[in-house]
Amino acid sequence: MLNDSDRRLLRHLQDDPTQPMTALAEAAGMPLASCYKRLERMRAQGVLKGQRAVINWAALGYSVEVSLRLTLDKTEPRAFDEFIAAAREVPEVTEIQTFLGRVDARLAVIARTMAHYQDIYRDRILTLPHIADIEALMQVATIKDRQTLPL
Amino acid sequence: MNLDLDDTDRAILRALQQDATLKASELGQRVGLSQPAAWRRVRRLTEAGVIGQRRLDLDLEALGFGVTVFLGVKLATKGRVSLEDFERAVSAIPEVQTVEHVLGLYDYRLRVVARDLPDFERVLRRRIMTLPGVGGVEANVVLSEERRPGPIG
Repeated sequence: MLNDSDRRLLRHLQDDPTQPMTALAEAAGMPLASCYKRLERMRAQGVLKGQRAVINWAALGYSVEVSLRLTLDKTEPRAFDEFIAAAREVPEVTEIQTFLGRVDARLAVIARTMAHYQDIYRDRILTLPHIADIEALMQVATIKDRQTLPL
Repeated sequence: MNLDLDDTDRAILRALQQDATLKASELGQRVGLSQPAAWRRVRRLTEAGVIGQRRLDLDLEALGFGVTVFLGVKLATKGRVSLEDFERAVSAIPEVQTVEHVLGLYDYRLRVVARDLPDFERVLRRRIMTLPGVGGVEANVVLSEERRPGPIG
């Protein structure tokens, strides 16, 4: 089980995963050796699964990002599985979520321009299986996106 | 200003999306480059801003966060001041992980983590519904989530 020191360590680490261990130990107020030991244990327990680099798509010329909220045809028992499998084949889809709520699924889609988005939407999204309804939210600005946990 | 990526760059980005802690030597081994050549490519991609922030991959369940909710928020009043007030206040809530200003059915898209549904209800009622300018909200509880490599596959 995790104690307060473990949580404190993770809280500081998630703010800047690239910081040197000495800086982390100082921020968390614990000896360096203890930092190593705790992180190692949390890795072994699977609590700390790793560290991912997030690609800045805008730097690669993808300036359009759209959040598509989908309702699926639930009379088809394989609707979710078939929809997700087909959505995985669309390169411009960066995230796939399924929900309990008013909508069934969400796709995050990126494109270079609005014309490019239009092509993807017509040729790759509308052709996905079992879609009953789609609503689009177009991203204007990202206000907060560190995705840290309130530890 | 667009960077031209070749297959090796794409392979490097795919590897770092999975594991950002890979050393240049390990990365080089995977994509068939020497350690210095891999290092130079990572530096070029970093300087061009392509490799953005690093995020810890944590087991939410093990840390006591049983639910993630995507929230659509519609503002009741819209002026420049109300947008700024809302953005400042909503960003300060620790359980709110993502805030995106969007166009469409809602004005903002939020990603919220909570211990369980009662805890989420508490955050929603006490912290989010009391924010300046909030009109309607729609909550969808995440059942599954996967991140895809994007158009570098």
